[in-house]
Amino acid sequence: MQSPSSSNARTAGSRGDAGPGRAAPTPARASAVRGTTQRRYSYWFYAPAGVVYGVIFVLPTLISFYFAFTRWDLFESEWIGLDNFRQFFSEQSLRSSLVNTLVYAVTTSGLKVVLGMLLAIVLTSSIRLKGLLRALTFFPVLVSTVAVGITFSVLLQPDFGIVNAALAKVGITGPDWLGDPDTALLSVAAVDVWKGVGLATVIYIAGILSIPRDYYEAVEVDGGGAWTQFWNVTLPLARPATFTVILLSFIGGLRSFDLIWTMTGGGPGFASDTIASVIYKQYQAGFYGLATAGNVVLFLLVSAIVFPLARFFSSREVDL
Amino acid sequence: MSAQTLTPARRLRRLGTEVLAVGAALVVFVVPFVFIVLTAFKDEFEASDLTFSLPTTWPVLDNLREVFAARDGMLLVAFKNSTILTVSSVAILVVLCSMVAFVLQRRPGRVSDVVGALILSGLIIPPAIVPTIWVLQKLHLFKTIPGLVLVEVAFSMSFTILLYRAFIAAIPRELDEAAVIDGCSSLTLFFRVIFPLLRPVTITSILTNSVFIFNDFVNPLYFTPGDENATVQLTLYNFLSQFSTQYNLLFMNILVITIPPLLVFVLFNGKIVSGMTSGAVKG
Amino acid sequence: MKSSRVRLTWATGLVLALATAACGSGSSGGAPAAGGSGGQAAGKTEITLLVDNAESTVKNAEAVVAAFEKAHPDITVKTSTRPGGADGDNLVKTKLSTGSMEDVFWYNSGSLLQALNPAKSLVDLTGSPVLANVDESFLPSVTQDGKVYGAPWGDAMGGGILYNKDVYAEAGLTVPKTWAEFTANNDKLKAAGVTPVIGSFKDTWTTQLFVLGDYCNVAASNPNWAADYTANKVKYATDPAALRGFEKTAEASSKGWLNKSAGSTTFDQGMKLLVSGKAAQFPMLTFPVGTLPKDQAAKIGFFGIPGDDAAKNCATLWMPGGQYIPSAGKNIEAAKTFVGFVASPEGVAAMYAAVPPTGPSLVKGVTTPADAAPVINDIKAYIDGGNNSPALEFLSPVKGPALEQITTAVETGQTPAKEAADQYDKDVTKQAKQLGLAGW
Repeated sequence: MQSPSSSNARTAGSRGDAGPGRAAPTPARASAVRGTTQRRYSYWFYAPAGVVYGVIFVLPTLISFYFAFTRWDLFESEWIGLDNFRQFFSEQSLRSSLVNTLVYAVTTSGLKVVLGMLLAIVLTSSIRLKGLLRALTFFPVLVSTVAVGITFSVLLQPDFGIVNAALAKVGITGPDWLGDPDTALLSVAAVDVWKGVGLATVIYIAGILSIPRDYYEAVEVDGGGAWTQFWNVTLPLARPATFTVILLSFIGGLRSFDLIWTMTGGGPGFASDTIASVIYKQYQAGFYGLATAGNVVLFLLVSAIVFPLARFFSSREVDL
Repeated sequence: MSAQTLTPARRLRRLGTEVLAVGAALVVFVVPFVFIVLTAFKDEFEASDLTFSLPTTWPVLDNLREVFAARDGMLLVAFKNSTILTVSSVAILVVLCSMVAFVLQRRPGRVSDVVGALILSGLIIPPAIVPTIWVLQKLHLFKTIPGLVLVEVAFSMSFTILLYRAFIAAIPRELDEAAVIDGCSSLTLFFRVIFPLLRPVTITSILTNSVFIFNDFVNPLYFTPGDENATVQLTLYNFLSQFSTQYNLLFMNILVITIPPLLVFVLFNGKIVSGMTSGAVKG
Repeated sequence: MKSSRVRLTWATGLVLALATAACGSGSSGGAPAAGGSGGQAAGKTEITLLVDNAESTVKNAEAVVAAFEKAHPDITVKTSTRPGGADGDNLVKTKLSTGSMEDVFWYNSGSLLQALNPAKSLVDLTGSPVLANVDESFLPSVTQDGKVYGAPWGDAMGGGILYNKDVYAEAGLTVPKTWAEFTANNDKLKAAGVTPVIGSFKDTWTTQLFVLGDYCNVAASNPNWAADYTANKVKYATDPAALRGFEKTAEASSKGWLNKSAGSTTFDQGMKLLVSGKAAQFPMLTFPVGTLPKDQAAKIGFFGIPGDDAAKNCATLWMPGGQYIPSAGKNIEAAKTFVGFVASPEGVAAMYAAVPPTGPSLVKGVTTPADAAPVINDIKAYIDGGNNSPALEFLSPVKGPALEQITTAVETGQTPAKEAADQYDKDVTKQAKQLGLAGW
């Protein structure tokens, strides 16, 4: 717990100077007079937020570990041991949702890293219309996911959608993007990348701009070209940005629901179901215990992947 | 910076790249939005083709009127709900989170370590939905806007606190000390002296959180089922089946609910971007 | 023909008589409603109504609400819509379990109703004057433990294959009596360049018809199947006759009968394909024919999902949907007045004026108008011939919530029939356990 927490404090802080523009870490004062500290920085400041957070977030998370083992209709619950989990792992559709979730998270975060980095390099070069381009790539981040989902399910229509119409112009017969089980999940992932790459780009831009110019000049003096600059300077020194992008999009990808729900509803069949959409379906169908068990599975999956990942990243950052 | 030293050939190549980049960005990022606008401005018959073409007739106002009139002015109610939701959630977030961040940054120690770990968990751990519904039901807050406000506040808290903490680190402690010497209590110290200094990050956090909460779909879906307390995103989702053959109205609806974030974006682009990158750990 | 005309005049008289009676009982039901909500100064009660968003339902609701408000000026009805299919099922469940349901809601009868836990959530209508005009044959589908919870709205309907008669005539086809004939027809259609079967997977509920509509064939093989199924003695995966429904679903994809973009086709688009003649057949219920313009409705015919034995050719029938009153409602008396009106000849007449019927009504004293879509005669032939069965969901309380996703997976060729049947059996077990049914 300790290590990721402190690392995060630091990344947030260091990104702070890209943002508000002046946050320089203040060395904590070791010898503050205890009494005044207590008076001045009262722990009571935690209380109002703590109550909301405790009741709405912490408490439900804790009791989910009880209700996950029950058959539950919101009024009465009956202890059924591991049945919900057995159900979760025995149903093929639920198992495939586990795989889909991972595929989705890996694809979206991978693409966001690559494309975000690429766009950031273009948008920090001396290209004209930089401001406009940055704004264009970022705007989708601010548009509602439902709106994006609906728009793209129309654009991706197989017969009259403009994507396939454009492909047809160059002689390609586009697939039924969202209606074909083989392409549905990846099509949604692509739209997710379209919507989210702006944020990754902006994080990379901040990272790249914080790299001192001297490094690039040093490479230039040594006769290195643009590729060497990228490989030896940008890539390693933008590593904190990479970590942030990966963590962010990975967490987002594992929990993804709204885009999938508006575009395919998890279908066709179960082809694009993720854990979050399965949880919603179980909830809708009134299987509250099973939905909660799904939540616990998601909780464990996220913890098992993200916490070690965060720890790994923070250890790598120390090396730098 | 070194553009003057380029050879004509390189300059030409650079121009080529630029044109290509701008062209690609236009196609990929602008065409979908133009499509939304075009379809929203068409009549029902033309819109059903879903082609990328200029409308021949422009029933813009009619479409607008129809979208707002649909289901007894549902969209208007939804706008009211979304506004209440967004404004109150953001107001509560700003006050509560700046307070937490202040003490968290100023008073390191075991308690703050625990608080920090909890905040971090809030960023990573997916909320347990059905138990949350159960809790809200016990509090008689399920299906109500106040209940949804609490949910939004709780789920956006971690991000907002981190945003504030990074900023507070840059405010010198000497200020606190001076204020205490003046005899301020801790609350007055905070709200009179510190909070005004946080204006830039407060603006950022207001903008970022408003966009997120206004656009939120999942939480309203779970926590305010039913038409009464529907938000704009939920209404849009419900219209999806109702307008299944009236694409002009569907896209007019999309257009209408995209305008608030668009305005915020045009006016405060830089602030939002800096907010997202500095606190960029939002799930 | 002659006898039917005689019956018609006789029935018209009955309709008039009943209509007045219904009116009388209606307003007597309305009076206490106004008294019950005495808090309202204006004396006008507003009740809310939730219906699904299929075009025919919305039109029916609008028509009957208008007629009702005219007959009962003291009550206004505010209608809202919900999605159909699993989305709608789940919305209804959520609304009931969280107490946010409208004063009256229209929803499936049969097993889907059983899943709502009616004893806890719905007003018991047993013996209520609301049911005065309701045909007894409807009641079992809205009854649990001897108590009646609903009144019908709309008509009974067939569930099987809608086909375009023009396309059939052009290709020289006759209505198939067996699955083999159906297959042969499809081969001919395909050779003629017409899409044989429409898939509309974007609206997943439409993929269930090959399974649900096949039930009359299952019942023909074992008349006790429904009871055995409720008792957990037979399963889809292990009963060869029941498995056929899943196999038929799988054949639609494996034999290439479907339209090219089935995965993104909606139910509305499916109906358009059928009417336009680009596709020949649509596995569907008969209700959407009611909203078609007359010249288009005239082109559409209906037959049951073909079985394997021509001698046992049959069709599966659906009961009308039910109207229910949640026990947590605030305007129960006014709600009852409305429900009684909808289930009266007067209410049905108002709906017929908006949407011509596509099946027989289960309200006593209703006559089929002359301009009804011809598809109704196809259904009547099965009723008169006795070769029909209600769908399984009206005979057994057990139905799993994931059937439509499972059948979509089969119809897109992702899941083999046998495996899908097995999945559905598990889904059903899950539901039965949640409902606490005996024997599961």
